[in-house]
Amino acid sequence: MTRLGFAALATLGAIALLVIVGPLLWTIPPEATSPAQGLAGPGAVHPLGTDELGRDVLSRLLHGGRVTLLVGIAAMLASLLIGIVVGAIAGFNGGWLDAVLMRFTDGMLAVPAFFVILVVITVVGTSVGTLVLVIGALSWMPVARVVYGETLRWKTAEFVVAAVSLGVPPPRLLLRHILPQAIPSLVVSATLGVAFAILTESALSYLAFGVQPPLPSWGNMLQRAQQYVFTAPALALYPGLAITAVVLAFNFLGDGLRDALDPRRRR
Amino acid sequence: MVVGQEVARFLFQRIALGALVIVFASALTFFFVNLAPGGPASVMRFDVTAEQREALIKRMGLDKPVTQRYVDWATGALRGDLGTSLLTDEPVAQRIGERLPNTLTLAGAALVLSIGIGIPVGLIQALRRGSALDHFLSLFSAVGLAVPVFWLGIVLILIFAVSLHLLPSAGVTGIADDTIAERLRHLALPTIALATTTLPTIVRFMRSAALEVLHEDYIRTAASKGLAPRVVVTRHALRNALIPVVSAIGALVPRLLGGTVVTESVFSWPGMGRLALDAAQGRDYPLITGLTVVVATIAVVTTLLVDLAYTRIDPRLRVA
Repeated sequence: MTRLGFAALATLGAIALLVIVGPLLWTIPPEATSPAQGLAGPGAVHPLGTDELGRDVLSRLLHGGRVTLLVGIAAMLASLLIGIVVGAIAGFNGGWLDAVLMRFTDGMLAVPAFFVILVVITVVGTSVGTLVLVIGALSWMPVARVVYGETLRWKTAEFVVAAVSLGVPPPRLLLRHILPQAIPSLVVSATLGVAFAILTESALSYLAFGVQPPLPSWGNMLQRAQQYVFTAPALALYPGLAITAVVLAFNFLGDGLRDALDPRRRR
Repeated sequence: MVVGQEVARFLFQRIALGALVIVFASALTFFFVNLAPGGPASVMRFDVTAEQREALIKRMGLDKPVTQRYVDWATGALRGDLGTSLLTDEPVAQRIGERLPNTLTLAGAALVLSIGIGIPVGLIQALRRGSALDHFLSLFSAVGLAVPVFWLGIVLILIFAVSLHLLPSAGVTGIADDTIAERLRHLALPTIALATTTLPTIVRFMRSAALEVLHEDYIRTAASKGLAPRVVVTRHALRNALIPVVSAIGALVPRLLGGTVVTESVFSWPGMGRLALDAAQGRDYPLITGLTVVVATIAVVTTLLVDLAYTRIDPRLRVA
């Protein structure tokens, strides 16, 4: 893998460690308000200051990071599951099912997902669970295309033909012989998928359609920050920098993994 | 002649798929809204009597089966009637029509900016491959891909509106003077923020497409027969490299339109994205259904136009 890829992996490891261990060491609760100390600058008690309700920004960043990363990873897993099922069935089965499923995939790519997400959340209501499912349900298309391509490619490979002639039943053929070939590409898709999911979650949370307060997420920390951008600009900076850093790291890791895992790209 | 027929079939398939996408998006939204527990919100309001409720249910046609309602709604939509907004009692088509030009201006400006910067930058990176400039610009587009649009918007406001007092942070035009210059000043920051949804991808596509083309034999031939490097790049390399880039731009349109929701919210831009937020917050189901369909239609039509441009740019696909 490239040096950049390793640097990204190290950064993500450090951030993961920070949001997992951090809240155990930094014990100020993220929901604890003290309006008298609202919008305080950095100090001994609150190293990164407080927000408009006097909540500790450091604590909210650490806890918010947990929520944001968890939602991002869970949504990626949901999109991976849907994408694998659609792509594998279309590629393996062929025929009319292939045509229907892949045109459906093309169609989903042409729908402006953000508007549909708003509709779904308006009707169903906001909870972390719905957020994960909605983001997953509207971002599985690239995964389906990758799995579809890999399935088509390996379906006619000699070792698969050999397995067929040995009488391996189709489901086992797909699960044990064909899909494992797609794992390298899927690892790349998954990495880039987390980045997309985190960006979507933070945008929705910023618009008050995502993670609901008092539960902090990096996105909803920015919800009120815009109002205080004149008086306390730092409130807007920390969560935004955190989102950018994590998404950048996931993208670099995805690129690095692609270079390392895809022999066609190896120089 | 055969090529012409193939292009005709390709375009026909695209139009058919586009029509299907619009039907699919509208059906998805319509059934989702109507089959949800509680159903359309106005019936759920508490400040109406039982008789008013009955009348409302009749008037909205909620006593009919949902498939029948969808067919009624769709035939109305084809005639330009998208129903009535629950919040303001105005026709949905009228409310969307008021906001449509603002969103098209913003999205159009962002797309023009992305193409205008993205294509030359990608080309320069390919020509100077491996140089410090190439690495710097690659890093720049990587950051552009990672930065949340709404946060970039806030940062731009912080820098250009709050600190430097250079550009306005909200609205379409000044309160006192509604001039073209003032409108352009208001357009600047939202356009830059929204362009980050498309610019980095265009740069990346342009760079890799140009790199591939520059290795082709016909480029070496053109250079070795003594053509000026400028002519080789613009007439031979650029033209061929643009083909994959144009199709990438088509695929970016839905993302661009999705980005208007956040951008319009940050910059108080009175477009369809903010209207969608208001509709969602107020549970104005006819309005949000109408908006989703209109936005899907814009995405489909733009993609079709891009496909048309595609057949024009690639001489092998030109209709005879």
